[in-house]
Amino acid sequence: MSTEQPTWFTREHYLNASFGWRSWLLTTDHKRVALLYLMTITVFFFLGGAFATMIRLELLTPAGDLFQAETYNKLFSMHGIIMVFFFLIPSIPAVLGNFLVPMMIGARDLAFPKLNLLSWYLFVAGGVFVLWSIVAGGVDTGWTFYTPYSSMFSNTNVVLAILGIFIAGFSSILTGLNFIVTIHKMRAPGMTWFRLPLFIWAHYATAVIMVLGTPVIAITLALVALERVWGVGIFDPALGGDPLLFQHLFWFYSHPAVYIMILPGMGVVSELVTTHARKRIFGYSFVAFSSIAIAVISFLVWGHHMFVSGQSQFANLMFSLLSFLVAIPSAVKVFNWTATLYRGSISFSAPMLYAMGFIGLFTMGGLTGLFLAAIAVDIHVHDTYFVVAHFHYIMVGGTIMAYLGGIHNWWPKLTGRMYPETWARVAAVIVFAGFNLTFFPQFILGYLGMPRRYHAYAEEFQVLNVMSTAGASILALGYLLPFVYLIWSLKYGPEAGTNPWEAKGLEWQTLSPPPTENFEEMPEVSEAAYNYGSPSPSI
Amino acid sequence: MRIYVLVWVLLLLLLGITVSAAYIPLGKLNPVLAVGIAATKAALIAAYFMHLRSTARLIWIVATAGVVWLAIMFTLTAGDYFMRGYLPKPTVWQQR
Amino acid sequence: MEARAHQFEDAEQQQDAATLGMWVFLTTEVLFFGALLLGYSVYRRAFPSTFGEASRHLDIVLGTVNTAVLLCSSLTMAFGVYQAQQGNNRALVRYLLLTMFLGSLFLGIKFYEYYEKYSEGLLPGSAFVWHGSDTAHASIFFLFYFILTGMHALHMIVGVCLLLVLAIRGRLGRFSASYYTPLEMGGLYWHFVDIVWVFLFPLLYLVDRSS
Repeated sequence: MSTEQPTWFTREHYLNASFGWRSWLLTTDHKRVALLYLMTITVFFFLGGAFATMIRLELLTPAGDLFQAETYNKLFSMHGIIMVFFFLIPSIPAVLGNFLVPMMIGARDLAFPKLNLLSWYLFVAGGVFVLWSIVAGGVDTGWTFYTPYSSMFSNTNVVLAILGIFIAGFSSILTGLNFIVTIHKMRAPGMTWFRLPLFIWAHYATAVIMVLGTPVIAITLALVALERVWGVGIFDPALGGDPLLFQHLFWFYSHPAVYIMILPGMGVVSELVTTHARKRIFGYSFVAFSSIAIAVISFLVWGHHMFVSGQSQFANLMFSLLSFLVAIPSAVKVFNWTATLYRGSISFSAPMLYAMGFIGLFTMGGLTGLFLAAIAVDIHVHDTYFVVAHFHYIMVGGTIMAYLGGIHNWWPKLTGRMYPETWARVAAVIVFAGFNLTFFPQFILGYLGMPRRYHAYAEEFQVLNVMSTAGASILALGYLLPFVYLIWSLKYGPEAGTNPWEAKGLEWQTLSPPPTENFEEMPEVSEAAYNYGSPSPSI
Repeated sequence: MRIYVLVWVLLLLLLGITVSAAYIPLGKLNPVLAVGIAATKAALIAAYFMHLRSTARLIWIVATAGVVWLAIMFTLTAGDYFMRGYLPKPTVWQQR
Repeated sequence: MEARAHQFEDAEQQQDAATLGMWVFLTTEVLFFGALLLGYSVYRRAFPSTFGEASRHLDIVLGTVNTAVLLCSSLTMAFGVYQAQQGNNRALVRYLLLTMFLGSLFLGIKFYEYYEKYSEGLLPGSAFVWHGSDTAHASIFFLFYFILTGMHALHMIVGVCLLLVLAIRGRLGRFSASYYTPLEMGGLYWHFVDIVWVFLFPLLYLVDRSS
């Protein structure tokens, strides 16, 4: 490299601008907050993974011989609570979103940097309560906390876990609030709504869901906690309560929550596909509007979790129809990404491999969601491994692959270092193979009738369960590899330049790692997003 | 300044109406009237005290979004509670 | 004068961001209270006569007085923000203190009501005493009464503390005709908490009073 190029150590950037605990724990720099989140959610990811490991080990044999039934109930509950509330929901928004949203719109920081830091502290505080509940013996209600079991009969640490989730919920609300205000008010001159990267549209839609949905689950879980502490009967039939009310309130948030988990992933994929195929996105406005459509329609479908719970037939029909509708904007995105790849200059880098994996696996997960939206099918596969496979295809085959793809894509920007490409490709393939071996058999298991949340099962299901556990061990390896080589790259990885992918996007126009104020000179935007050379019909 | 006092007088008037109307038996209309008057008061407070009238359209959208989302929550939940027992179960199920 | 925070280009952007941020926050509060109201509505529809009977145990005089108190406090708050716009710091602080007083009066009356209910044995839980039929559902009414008004009271307490902070800053001369955004935001929050009570009052106190 030429000697005029400032090196990682001599140039000032956000990582070396200040040192010491206080400069990190009291930072208001969105990039540092993003890294704080990165470290925290990685811890939770491996903790949730540890619970998954124990589940899969138990399910190697049909008999419930590794753990007692009560313990097993705690394993899948903690796995769900940690993965949903402390990994998936924050993952892309709190790490990549926090880092990139201001940069992609040409701002110096988010609108409310101190609220951003507060959101991390709330997240950690919530996490501490959940960890405390684990140490104290866990909860066995499932991450869904259905009443009256959770409010009346469970003898586990429900209130502690709820407290953790309640506090972490405020973290989510603050993040969403920050994103909405930032995207509305802090775009650089010339950065009109329709020049925004689709990553921003996706995070805007996600932020809307966070802000509108999270308060509902906060108060709902608070009511459950009150019922336990106070001994009153909000959801207890014996004391006049209605358990179905809990389910309505719970799923009113928790269904849109799954879109909080997938929308940012879709935003990442839009970026990965355009960057690594060097092509303009096909149908920009369709993809942009589909994000908003998903955010809105996601609030209209929650009853599809309650088809067999006893709600009215009318509600069943209504929610089933609306659930079919919600698939449409997602399908629109898949078509558009595919069309973007077509005749693109595709480079099979690790981010592209993750993006392609996402497109295929998310499609499978999404289509099986339609199976479940059909009441006649759902009657049979509800509470079986079919549902488990469906949501893992989306959450793991979708969100986690997008998350890893995004981490790799922006690693050079975050750290100024390149990761080892060959290892990354190998890891991506291992993840893909391990994932499919883990979860595809579960579709079959569910269809054949194996119930979920059981630690023992009928003999005839063993072969498929063994395949699933084998796949899980491969998947685990696939996840450990990036953990190792990404950390390795911090010291030994080659210095990345400003724009190793030669990508469009404001974040790539500034140095890697960026200076604290993001840009030496605040940018002005005059061209459309993804203004790559190759012509592509733009809508 | 003056408009605030006017709105305040209107609000107290509406309070008086709400309370008195509660003692008149109007059947199903009672709660409708009560919530309707409350919504009117809320609109007055939002428009004048919270300066919504002179704020950007974007804020109007944000202000109404909460109400709209609440309406979604209430309406679709009503689709369950209000419609229980209306559609017959399939005869196949009734055989159980 | 308050310095412009570094992430903003100019004071107008900062003010715009603050206003949008506060309204987004208020929207989250709408959903927060709204979820509780959904629960309340489900049970009220299911057990209308019990809820009516229970509602009649609430003190309508105190409830009406409290509503009037809050409406007055909204007026004084609006006056306060108006004075800030004019740059009249002393008047501003006076109105803030008046608003705080009215808010505290509301809380005092509320806690007195709670005490009344407690001594009548209407606190849900093992000590609940009900002389009518359908104890279970009457208990649920009072549950929602205490949770809804309790959540509201919590927000009022936060509001009073907020006003105290604003009054202190006003006294220290931190606001002017060109910078009074925190006051405007405080006003928005205060009025919103008032709006919540405007709904809670008829929904809780005025159920079936004509019987």
